[in-house]
Amino acid sequence: MANMSLKKMPMPVRDPQLRATDFKEVALGYSEDDAIQEANRCLQCLHKPCVGGCPVGVPIPEFIACIQNHDFRQAYSTIKTANSLPAICGRVCPQENQCEKYCVRGVKGEPVGIGRLERFAADYQSKTLDELVGAVNEVEPSVIVERVIAELEKDHTKSFLNTINARVIQEIAADAVHQATETISESIKSRVDLKEDRPASRGHVAVVGSGPAGLTCAGELNSNGFTVTIFEAFHTPGGVLAYGIPEFRLPKSIVRQECDNLRQAGVVFTTNAVIGRTLTIDELLTSEGYDAVFVASGAGLPNFLEIPGESALGVYSANEFLTRVNLMKAYLKGADTPIYRPKRCVVIGGGNVAMDAARCAKRLGADVHIVYRRTMAELPARHEEVEHAEEEGIIFDMLRNPLEILTDENERVRGLLLQKMELGEIDGKGRRRPVPIEGATEEIECDCVIVAVGTSPNPLIASTTPGLETDRHGCVHVVDESTGATSKLGVFAGGDIATGAATVILAMGAGKAAASAIERYISEK
Amino acid sequence: MYAIIKKEQLSEGVFRITVHAPLVAKKAKPGQFIILRVTEDGERIPLTVGGYDRERGTVSVMFQVAGATTKKLAALKEGDRLTDFVGPLGRPTEIEGIRRACVIGGGVGCAIAYPIAKALHEQGTDVTVIIGFRDTSRIILEDEFKSASTTLHILTDDGSNGNKGFVTAALGDLLTAGETYDDVIAIGPIMMMKAVAELTRPYNMKTTVSMNPIMIDGTGMCGGCRLTVGGQTKFACVDGPDFDGHLVDFDAAAKRNGMYRDSEKADYEHACRLLENTEVR
Repeated sequence: MANMSLKKMPMPVRDPQLRATDFKEVALGYSEDDAIQEANRCLQCLHKPCVGGCPVGVPIPEFIACIQNHDFRQAYSTIKTANSLPAICGRVCPQENQCEKYCVRGVKGEPVGIGRLERFAADYQSKTLDELVGAVNEVEPSVIVERVIAELEKDHTKSFLNTINARVIQEIAADAVHQATETISESIKSRVDLKEDRPASRGHVAVVGSGPAGLTCAGELNSNGFTVTIFEAFHTPGGVLAYGIPEFRLPKSIVRQECDNLRQAGVVFTTNAVIGRTLTIDELLTSEGYDAVFVASGAGLPNFLEIPGESALGVYSANEFLTRVNLMKAYLKGADTPIYRPKRCVVIGGGNVAMDAARCAKRLGADVHIVYRRTMAELPARHEEVEHAEEEGIIFDMLRNPLEILTDENERVRGLLLQKMELGEIDGKGRRRPVPIEGATEEIECDCVIVAVGTSPNPLIASTTPGLETDRHGCVHVVDESTGATSKLGVFAGGDIATGAATVILAMGAGKAAASAIERYISEK
Repeated sequence: MYAIIKKEQLSEGVFRITVHAPLVAKKAKPGQFIILRVTEDGERIPLTVGGYDRERGTVSVMFQVAGATTKKLAALKEGDRLTDFVGPLGRPTEIEGIRRACVIGGGVGCAIAYPIAKALHEQGTDVTVIIGFRDTSRIILEDEFKSASTTLHILTDDGSNGNKGFVTAALGDLLTAGETYDDVIAIGPIMMMKAVAELTRPYNMKTTVSMNPIMIDGTGMCGGCRLTVGGQTKFACVDGPDFDGHLVDFDAAAKRNGMYRDSEKADYEHACRLLENTEVR
């Protein structure tokens, strides 16, 4: 029964040459057979080391057991008990540094593909849900009449048919439609976890930001009987899931679906609300009547290199480039928001954001280079993203540090001057420090430079909220990491605004922890 | 939400719309801006707050038809709704403690200059206003400025209003005559603001300019609106839009604003054709 293969079931992906020309999803997801085979690689360890590696504590062996037993819906429900956004995490979590890092199968061979299985369970759920919704939409009386007649013909003699008139048939049909609709909508309701006949609200909570931390916190609090409003600065909810992570890695329909589920479950989304400007935290807690606020406003301001040429035409922050492409859909023909379509683009940085920017640039038709000051081994991006980027023909120029962005007479980018580096002594974080090789520089020709070297906290909320302290980096200071409590009573924080740029799942973990802390805070108030 | 309550044409291609946006109206201050979208999937464009009525919950913005989005915006009628209208964004203009101010507006920049002049005037500041336009047909907000200033100078490039010259010439005359101001606040084309800053520099007179760079989110997230100010990278949306005119790198700012000129021109022409077709129908 157990699958003792040392390797994961391969993830079906679209052909690199083809996919590098469009924005459709790259990884296609496991088939049912693939999923069962991969699930059978799980040994169902009793000590569950994988769970310890998950920031939200998904019951991993349990959900995998469901897949082993072909009960895919139960697998989804099992994940849902701990993770409110499985379809998203299955796609964007750095599993190799979390659950899969601790998998016993990884000692000899590859760990179980936990992320892929999570995605499979979530996609299976949404696919069957789509089919059900489709079925409801398809129900038309005329179709049903035909079906009823077909049914009757199967079971009854023609003479019986002659005894009933059209009206009777229509009545039977209408009844059948009603029943079908009821059954289907019941089934949908039970699956999207709709809460009807809600008891009186246990309190009102304002969530600032609709990224992973905000959505998770809102979902948890809403399920536990609180009235939740999410305030989003952009016109579309999702935060980094909407503006940052590209369509080919995380289809926006999934983000929309997760937000719709929350909306149907009772969470209110207020878009176009910049907290700190449109409303302040103090106003939320006083005149607006909220009992608590969860601040999850995200990463903030993009860092620049502070080298000559950075204000040249053709230099983007990764945030701007990705927002134009992902949120404003500038890649579509006829989009109102413009984007420069580079011929040769250099992306500076080695994280997931750099990979996303590089792969977007590729899809806009550019030759793309990634410049990073360490080596491939130190790239902080998810392994899969690096692999996919390489397959798509992105060139990695390692051990290079940009010195200057070169421009032409019109202030347009014409190239980049790079300092060659080598790895030196091990630094405080245990990584070998890149040091310049004296006199070794090179020029690389390009017409676009995308800077993806991290972000600094957005000062907007901290500067407009008296009593809300920040740490030395400018992040909102969290007094107790297990609760997200800040220096200000009733204000909690989590995600990138509290930690600096990190991952989707860490933000979700913070959202979840804050939700239970907020629940306690309001109950004891 | 975001219904257009009132639409006025101020001069050729220049409009003022008053939009129902109570949350923005409650907070807006002179010098701040909003970002709007005309349609779903439309572009986000920043426009400076031109006025607000906190009781009625309305905010007015002025714009010149210059690209595809402003063209679509100009085609909307009273009662139509905007898809999005977010703000107020940016820091308000600092007017506290100013006893004597010179407010300078160039062209549509006057739309921004007016609420600042008004706020200064209301707090008892001695306000000299210098506004300049290409010709007399393009003069906007004349009555408004009259009631928001101690002295008003209106100039036209071609002299068609009987007062030929650039705003810088008028300011130069005042400075040469020994006038002093606690703050010279200039809003208009980048090169006009640069010229004003150069005029005041020898006098070491505080000069504030309002920058209007390319922008997407307006909250600091994208960095598209970055400017070089005193050798440092600043974001107009969170650090501005007002900056010390003696520190701004105007030449770099002017170039950055031209980033999408070609594609914008194409989009504009496309929008013109679309709208023409609609009108024919």
